[in-house]
Amino acid sequence: MAAASALPNENRYLGELGPKLYMRLGGLGILLIAGSYGLSKLMGDDSARFWRAYLVAYFFVLSICLGALFFTILQHLTRAGWSVVVRRISEGLVANLKWIWIGFIPIIVLVWTGNAHELYHWTVGADALPEGSPEQAMLEYKDAYLNPMFWTLRAAAYFVIWFVLARFFVGNSIAQDTTGDAKTTTRMQTIAAPAMLLYAFTQSYAAIDWIMTLEYAWFSTMFGVYFFAASCCGFGATLILMVSFLQKTGRVTQSITTEHHQEMGKFLFAFGIIFWAYIGYSQYMLIWYANIPEETTWFMIRQLGSWKWLSYLIIFGHFFVPFIVLLSKHPKRFKIMLVSACLWLFAIHYVDMYWLTMPSIPMEMFAEATSYEALSIDFPVSQYAAEYDLSFQFFDLTLWLGFACLMFGGAAFALRNQALIPEHDPRLYESLAYENI
Amino acid sequence: MNDSGTTMAKETMQAIGDKSKNSESSEVKMFGLLAEFETPGAILSAAKKVNEAGYKWWDCCVPFPVHGLDKAMGVRPTILPWIVLGAGITGAILGALLQWYTNAATLELWSGPITVTGYAFLVSGKPFASIPTWIPVMFELTILLAAISCVVFMFVLNKLPQFYHPCFNVKRFARVTDDRFFIVIEARDPNFYQEKTAEMLTSLGATAVEEVPA
Repeated sequence: MAAASALPNENRYLGELGPKLYMRLGGLGILLIAGSYGLSKLMGDDSARFWRAYLVAYFFVLSICLGALFFTILQHLTRAGWSVVVRRISEGLVANLKWIWIGFIPIIVLVWTGNAHELYHWTVGADALPEGSPEQAMLEYKDAYLNPMFWTLRAAAYFVIWFVLARFFVGNSIAQDTTGDAKTTTRMQTIAAPAMLLYAFTQSYAAIDWIMTLEYAWFSTMFGVYFFAASCCGFGATLILMVSFLQKTGRVTQSITTEHHQEMGKFLFAFGIIFWAYIGYSQYMLIWYANIPEETTWFMIRQLGSWKWLSYLIIFGHFFVPFIVLLSKHPKRFKIMLVSACLWLFAIHYVDMYWLTMPSIPMEMFAEATSYEALSIDFPVSQYAAEYDLSFQFFDLTLWLGFACLMFGGAAFALRNQALIPEHDPRLYESLAYENI
Repeated sequence: MNDSGTTMAKETMQAIGDKSKNSESSEVKMFGLLAEFETPGAILSAAKKVNEAGYKWWDCCVPFPVHGLDKAMGVRPTILPWIVLGAGITGAILGALLQWYTNAATLELWSGPITVTGYAFLVSGKPFASIPTWIPVMFELTILLAAISCVVFMFVLNKLPQFYHPCFNVKRFARVTDDRFFIVIEARDPNFYQEKTAEMLTSLGATAVEEVPA
């Protein structure tokens, strides 16, 4: 393999494109987010609606960056050969985890200043609820876990852990570019196992703390896994889009081949589509079958009014259609097809986060209802439709784009001086020569 | 196994009655010629040439999957994925039909001496025809049929199990499981002429070319 031991002759650096990307994307991102805030004030919307949209966009970016962290750790944990050439690009996304806490500060401020009552209902505190009501009993019961202090401490712990993990895996990988030390890889492999455990716990608890507790009465033990599966979908699509973009600009055209595209497509297909559907269905089916009001109401909210159509869109757009489209190996190897599918999944992942986060009807309203019939007596659907129906706002879109810009800009910033493939990884040549059997 | 399997799958497509003129006319009954190569690179380039020379009844035997060999040999894609897809869809439909039928109280399949009807049993007040409950059974049957058909048809298409193959009569061939790479060109190939084919194999870098008795 003498011929293969030289790296292919290609452009492997962002070069001038780097500053262009991170300056413009970063500026645009901040502008869009600030503009969205201005827009929501201008439209006289209640701020709860804005902050929910903010959370949706934030979770969108967070999930993708966490997916990247999972992917990076996974490659070290399994000592994967094929993925070395695309790992650096995923590390660009991982690097965002060092700064992602900044985006969560407004939410923490809202919770501490007592302005998050409509966002996180539990922040009102058990004392504020009607004396002797079931809601009060429930919140009192959960108070030891769901109080601003512990909640903030946990959030801080997640951010610290993500910071350390991102720093370790990205930093070591980049350091290896100059030192060329194969021991760095061994070290990352050793750390990968405890890192994976830390990742699993922090991302599950973050999903529970930040998304599930939007309705404190609701609980699902599968929720963390659902968020994980969704994050793999978002990340898988983003990785392929980033690689395709870099190749379009004439970078890493030789080292990343159709074989790697197929392999990334497999990752996306397995984790982001099939596993996601499996988990989503399992969560739904258990709750549907057991039919306990405190669990089913969460889904009921998402089946009323226009939310129903959003649910259908996710079932078909996140599973059935991409499943059929990406099942065979041919679309995974056909660039236009793969990129189109990834663009679609990039959007549908946002819809998925929207579906998780946005429905904001207080579940107490459903506490006594056991069926649609009972519900429509106690709580007319028309009243529901007026107040809580799906209403897509313009700033939903701008916030999403703003956060996405910041995410891509952050990745470009992290990779501004780095080679786009880890040039001294001991498995690089295995990866360059990789072929699907 | 992959490589030899797909070639043999290719063979099954061809008319079986196309018995070669060469083997009948030659005095000693022979299966074909066996050429030995020492490196994966050598067999890769040789396989490409053999394919270009227009041979149809030939195969490569290697100790491990050699990347690009399928392409070099010009092996056509296998139809196995389509069989698996068909089996999977059959499983899904079967699962749906099974549950639709077993949950339907009024449906009478036979109206003879025995009446077979579905047994509608109310569970937790769920509707009889309820897609969420159907999914696990449909899913499992899809996976079951797809997986079984995949394994079974892999064997069928590879013509496995095969208890005898003339190549094993050649002593040299034992090293195919260790460190040698072989090309076998069968005598029934219309392009097969013993001297010419042997000459070509030697020119392709074979370290040894041997006759394989049938």
